[in-house]
Amino acid sequence: MTQSNPKIEVKELTILFGATPALNGVSFDVRHQEILAVIGPANSGKSSLLLALNRMLSRIHEASVTGSILLDGRDIGNIEDVEDLRRRVGMVYAMPIALPMTIRENVLFGIRLKRTIRKNEGDTIVESTLRSSFLWDEVKDRLDTSALNLSGGQQQRLCLARTLAVGPEVILYDEPCSGLDPISTAKVEEAMKELKTAHTQILVTNNTKQAARVGDRTAFLLMGELVEIDDTDKIFTFPSDPRTEQYVTGKFG
Amino acid sequence: MRIAPRTTQAIAKGLLLTATASAVGALVFVVGFVLAGGLRHVSWSFLTEPILDMGRAGGIFPAIVGTLLMVLVSVGIAAPLGIASAIYLAEYTREGRLTQTIRFGINCLAGVPSIIFGLFGFILFVNILGLGWSVLSGGLSLAAMILPTVIRTAEEALRSVPTSYRDVAASLGATRWQVVTKSVLPYAIPGILTGVILGIGRSIEETAVVIFTAGSAVQTPTSVFDSARTMAVHFYILAREGISNENAYATAAVLICTILIINTTAYTLMHRLMRGRRAA
Repeated sequence: MTQSNPKIEVKELTILFGATPALNGVSFDVRHQEILAVIGPANSGKSSLLLALNRMLSRIHEASVTGSILLDGRDIGNIEDVEDLRRRVGMVYAMPIALPMTIRENVLFGIRLKRTIRKNEGDTIVESTLRSSFLWDEVKDRLDTSALNLSGGQQQRLCLARTLAVGPEVILYDEPCSGLDPISTAKVEEAMKELKTAHTQILVTNNTKQAARVGDRTAFLLMGELVEIDDTDKIFTFPSDPRTEQYVTGKFG
Repeated sequence: MRIAPRTTQAIAKGLLLTATASAVGALVFVVGFVLAGGLRHVSWSFLTEPILDMGRAGGIFPAIVGTLLMVLVSVGIAAPLGIASAIYLAEYTREGRLTQTIRFGINCLAGVPSIIFGLFGFILFVNILGLGWSVLSGGLSLAAMILPTVIRTAEEALRSVPTSYRDVAASLGATRWQVVTKSVLPYAIPGILTGVILGIGRSIEETAVVIFTAGSAVQTPTSVFDSARTMAVHFYILAREGISNENAYATAAVLICTILIINTTAYTLMHRLMRGRRAA
């Protein structure tokens, strides 16, 4: 697999909840190690798109998906080991969901589902992932205290570390900073930029400024349609569709 | 005329306080009355001696053993079965007509008078299955009686665990079973345990079912196939036949203390289990 092949190819993806369409025949590629920002107003299908990419949608009974999603050229719909797919395509949710256990246990939760790990291996993983999520310095002295004592911004970075710990190739973010203060937001964005060296990332965000700050490319979704996908600079300066321009300049949405 | 919000607030608070006070007061009065009347007749020999002269003399050792055995059998069957059913209903089924029917049935069963379960147990376990009047028949019938309560409370407890915990686990590669065992059950345990403790309480205090299915033998049961009487049945017989008021009260006092001990132990265990999970 050469780097020129896309990491993810989305082809004619349609998502229905019952009879209500959330996404309508959307096609695009995601390149290796880029940050693709996905913007659009509420109900434009952004979150549904993310949930389709690691087949979390299959947990929702009313949802039906047509079209295909290729990960490294392979249709994820044909992957039998869906748990393995979800380890490869990790997810950070909008609300920080720290599990009611210690910080260390939170980070190691995902790996321990798969195998038992030795103490020193665990220590290494805890430190490296917490460093990657810019949380290590704040929590290194209290790894064995409850994660629920952390602030919202810290919890969200803990969630990122927990996702990183299972070794994903792709990381999906569903409005990860919607409830965070500016400093925590900056740290999450910093982490995302550092993670580019080894990860492909898709960032769904309501905050167009955030898309402009961290996105290599930006996709604009509107009412389940992909209006435009292009380099972030272009989307924010010379978008080819007037609706994109209206949205990014704040005329609606 | 409109009553000032401050006044309604005061009235509401007063009514709520009165309601709570009367509920707690009645409870304290009953328990206090029984303990006061019974505890002075309780002695070491009362706890360890056999039932003599139909309960006029001796102790209640056989009834204590009978009670503990019966509770062990009923909860030993109802708890795993009930918790498993609750997990299936809450985690593995889609909400639909079938689950609604099942849930409705469970709620109805929870309201069925215990004597019906006694009759059911008598017909099925004692007669048809030929288990006779025995601890096993009694325990099975009690299990059937408390099963709806266990299922209902356990299902509630499972459903009260945030959906996001399940999503997080699944997104980290958990199988459905791992989602249940790693990110749902641990947080539902307090609620589940409450249901089991309710079940224990109902098994201990039950008389009708036990008389129908386990008999009222005064000998100490040596296996689950022996007939036995529980403390509740012993108390009922002593009081109803006018055999010995003193011993009836003493039995009731021991019964209440047993329930207190079991509940305290269960809650202590639970807190020990949950330690370290909550925020400080």
